[in-house]
Amino acid sequence: MCLAIPARIVELEKDIAVVDAMGNRWKAKTTLLPEAKPGDLVLIHAGFAISLIDEEDAKQTWQLLAEIADFDETQNKLSG
Amino acid sequence: MLDRIYKAKTTMEAACKALGRQINIMEVCGTHTVAIFRNGIRSTLPKQLKLLSGPGCPVCVTDQSYIDIVLQIADRDDCIIATYGDMIRVPGKGGSLETKSTRANVKVVLSSEDALQLAKDNPGKTVVFVAVGFETTAPATAVVVKEAAEQNINNFCILSGHKLVVPAMRALVSEKNHNIDAFLCPGHVSVIIGYGAFTEIVENYSRPCVVAGFEPMQIIEGLAEICRQLTAGKAELNSIYTAAVTENGNKTAQKIMAECFEEADGHWRGLGKIEKSTLKLRDKYSRFDALKRFNVTEVPGEDTSGCRCGEVLCGLIEPPECGLFKKSCTTETPVGPCMVSSEGACAAWFKYGPER
Repeated sequence: MCLAIPARIVELEKDIAVVDAMGNRWKAKTTLLPEAKPGDLVLIHAGFAISLIDEEDAKQTWQLLAEIADFDETQNKLSG
Repeated sequence: MLDRIYKAKTTMEAACKALGRQINIMEVCGTHTVAIFRNGIRSTLPKQLKLLSGPGCPVCVTDQSYIDIVLQIADRDDCIIATYGDMIRVPGKGGSLETKSTRANVKVVLSSEDALQLAKDNPGKTVVFVAVGFETTAPATAVVVKEAAEQNINNFCILSGHKLVVPAMRALVSEKNHNIDAFLCPGHVSVIIGYGAFTEIVENYSRPCVVAGFEPMQIIEGLAEICRQLTAGKAELNSIYTAAVTENGNKTAQKIMAECFEEADGHWRGLGKIEKSTLKLRDKYSRFDALKRFNVTEVPGEDTSGCRCGEVLCGLIEPPECGLFKKSCTTETPVGPCMVSSEGACAAWFKYGPER
């Protein structure tokens, strides 16, 4: 449940941001990370940015998430 | 990459040899539990190195009485229950939120903000937010409680089930017969509280504490760092999740959390009552406290007969040792919360096992 997803802030107005991860975009808030600015990579948990994160770590997580999605899809195909 | 794996494995084997007995390392994070199983990490470890899945899944550690109160409120026609998806299938007296959802007043939300929005959109109903989670999640609840107060959104309240990780770790290592040699500490909780928060576990209980991220290499190298300390007979505090975790954590989040909540004694499934281990709303926000609004009190609930989730959460048994595992308790028909939650140890064993 404490999973957090790295995403890039593409728009920011006050503390309401639009973030992007692997082409998926959604709204998140930066209330807990007031120093965040457009272009920053942040960790998003339950709709809130909680930390800045570096490019390398974000890429690793995105790659892992893509692999998990592939794996789960394969599992579903096998079992279904 | 292979060099790093080889080095980590050598360090782990050296610890097993040096200690000459089984080494028990507890991970206190459900996301770690899932990552460990999903990546098959257990099967790569030396035989004498055992991983225990601790009380790191918020859904799993939520006491039965809390679940029963949520279900009780869900029966009211004047309320909407807003909950994270993780909680929806946990069984309690007379069903689960999922079975109650046929009444259309149970809504799954992805963020506390969505719960507050539900209140704004439904002025004729009271929205009760099922606020569970550790320090990673509690600040998000605090933000919306403050917003509700500032904007006078009085048809919103929360049922705080928020819990603190360090008091639970302290409770585990305070037990006389505990078998925990070290902790692999949670990554995203540490983003908020900072790795410095584990100092007391290292200093007062001489247990190595290492914070790691969720990539397989982070977990493997975190375990290796623990093994290095054990071989040297040391207990140190360390974070290898440098990309996101600092010593002092996210001060803004800590401040908002402290403004809204105070520490209170509370019940954990499996661990019982732990001092100052839960978060309750401060007096100035008590009008947003669902317990007070509906005048309900928590009475420690009884776990389902035969369910051994409590012992699993303390690292005392592994899921296959429970008589219900894979028999009456499966991911399709979960009996206990460790099977309900995708981050529960039982669900991980069920989905990715059998593993050592």
